[in-house]
Amino acid sequence: MPYTAQKPEPPESPDELRARIPGWGVDADPADRPSVPKERFDLPPTGAHWEFPERQEELAPRERSIEHAMLTPVFGTAQPLSGLSGLIRRRAYDRYSEGQLAHWLLLVLGDRVDAVENHLASFATLRPDNPITETGVLSEPGHRPISSRFGRKRADLKHMWMDPFLVAGPWIAGGIAVAVVASKVLKRSRG
Amino acid sequence: MRAMVYRGPYKVRTEEKDIPRIEHPNDAIVKVTRAAICGSDLHLYHGMMPDTRIGHTFGHEFIGIVHEVGSSVQNLRVGDRVMVPFNVYCGSCYFCARGLYSNCHNVNPNATAVGGIYGYSHTTGGYDGGQAEFVRVPFADVGPQVIPDWMDEEDALMCTDALSTGYFGAQLGDITPGDTVVVLGAGPVGLFAAKSSWLMGAGRVIVIDHLEYRLEKARTFAHAETRNFLEHDDIVVEMKKTTDYLGADVVIDAVGAEADGNLIQHITSAKFKLQGGSPVALNWAIDGVRKGGTISVMGAYGPLFSAVKFGDALNKGLTLRMNQAPVKRQWPRLFEHIRNGYLTPSDIITHRIPLEHIAEGYHIFSSKLDDCIKPVIIPSES
Repeated sequence: MPYTAQKPEPPESPDELRARIPGWGVDADPADRPSVPKERFDLPPTGAHWEFPERQEELAPRERSIEHAMLTPVFGTAQPLSGLSGLIRRRAYDRYSEGQLAHWLLLVLGDRVDAVENHLASFATLRPDNPITETGVLSEPGHRPISSRFGRKRADLKHMWMDPFLVAGPWIAGGIAVAVVASKVLKRSRG
Repeated sequence: MRAMVYRGPYKVRTEEKDIPRIEHPNDAIVKVTRAAICGSDLHLYHGMMPDTRIGHTFGHEFIGIVHEVGSSVQNLRVGDRVMVPFNVYCGSCYFCARGLYSNCHNVNPNATAVGGIYGYSHTTGGYDGGQAEFVRVPFADVGPQVIPDWMDEEDALMCTDALSTGYFGAQLGDITPGDTVVVLGAGPVGLFAAKSSWLMGAGRVIVIDHLEYRLEKARTFAHAETRNFLEHDDIVVEMKKTTDYLGADVVIDAVGAEADGNLIQHITSAKFKLQGGSPVALNWAIDGVRKGGTISVMGAYGPLFSAVKFGDALNKGLTLRMNQAPVKRQWPRLFEHIRNGYLTPSDIITHRIPLEHIAEGYHIFSSKLDDCIKPVIIPSES
């Protein structure tokens, strides 16, 4: 009990633990732990043969955090900024530091706009987005959909029902909005 | 090439993409032979990570064969079988020079608060990941390592993140012999953290989760005691009772941003993205650890704020330790443990899925169907 000085004894002795658990205590000495201490200068060479890396060519203006003094010498080039979402993301990077909530909220907004832009654009391709195949729900048969979820306690069942609404909700709302606008346009053209 | 592609929250598919090209003299292009889906990939999949762009290829756990090298690469040759740590890092900046490979300052222009990670949004640098047939690997002389001949390739795959992160998490706990260690979360990182805690001399290891099949794995694979938090009115009180009302010496959070156990916290973060992550596990850690104890955070959280009970952490005099794991730093010692039979990392793999069925793989893992613990993606069978 913490009301007295003694630390509670573990239920098993070191010998019992050593016998039961492969490798018990082999890293008991902190000197054997590779990340102790956190910052170390005595690690093996990293393989870097430069003091500062050669710079990757910047073929298109690359967005960066304003907390950086310069563009890092190496960077990812996947999915460059484009469209309205690109403008929103560019604003987040150019105007707000990582310390400002606006930076992250604009990036979240950019993600949602990006999704809408790309979903709509997909309908002009030979492979439009398909929520049935892309959500993977077709894997349910054959992977115990009932027994995996029911008859056993799972905390996530309380909110799992929301997921289809999160996926389909924006599309249903968008469809209703389009139908309402179309209906009004039709009425005006008739009137 | 075929690659996994993100199409918006809860939606992914396989698409044809260009094979990545050498963009820097120290790049390599690696032909992926195995990749894994990480629990933290689900944060991206659920749309929780800011600046996750449509078309992004996820995957920061992968191994493969060197397909092409840049003009300055000295340590790798075409045809080498390599394991690649999830960290993209230069090996020479202020942070890398001190062993903080996960905090490299030369690879992520998008943020200074996090280093570079393969396939983990533009917030970590905008690198496409390894759930594809090919992947660009920057700083090929620094990160990748040839897989030892004796090592099973799926053991090597587990070393690229999950095992290294779990082992690192146990180290951050500063475990002393006889300590009681509580691990929150019985996913891959939690299982490895529990197993690693024994290596450091823990006297008791208790794993907490709500998924009974994972708790069973914690008992058989990690030799741990287990608690299902749904079977207790208040898991914090149970943590106190089971430690003679002292609290655990060390608590490891291996859950992160989508923690269950408090519906409001979960919905506001995982569903409506109003927090950087659900702080349920972190708050249980703060309340369940003993005064003066240590919390090690290995669960991934996003950059937005979370409602963490910081006052309790202050008043209890806690030490909170955390970081993304500097993976390669763990490898020499982990290799010894694997070779000695102390760790058998590939034992946690439950599903092997062709790349063509990537959407199904994410759905099975996300929905915890079929007792899924660790799914592995196989590009070559697609």
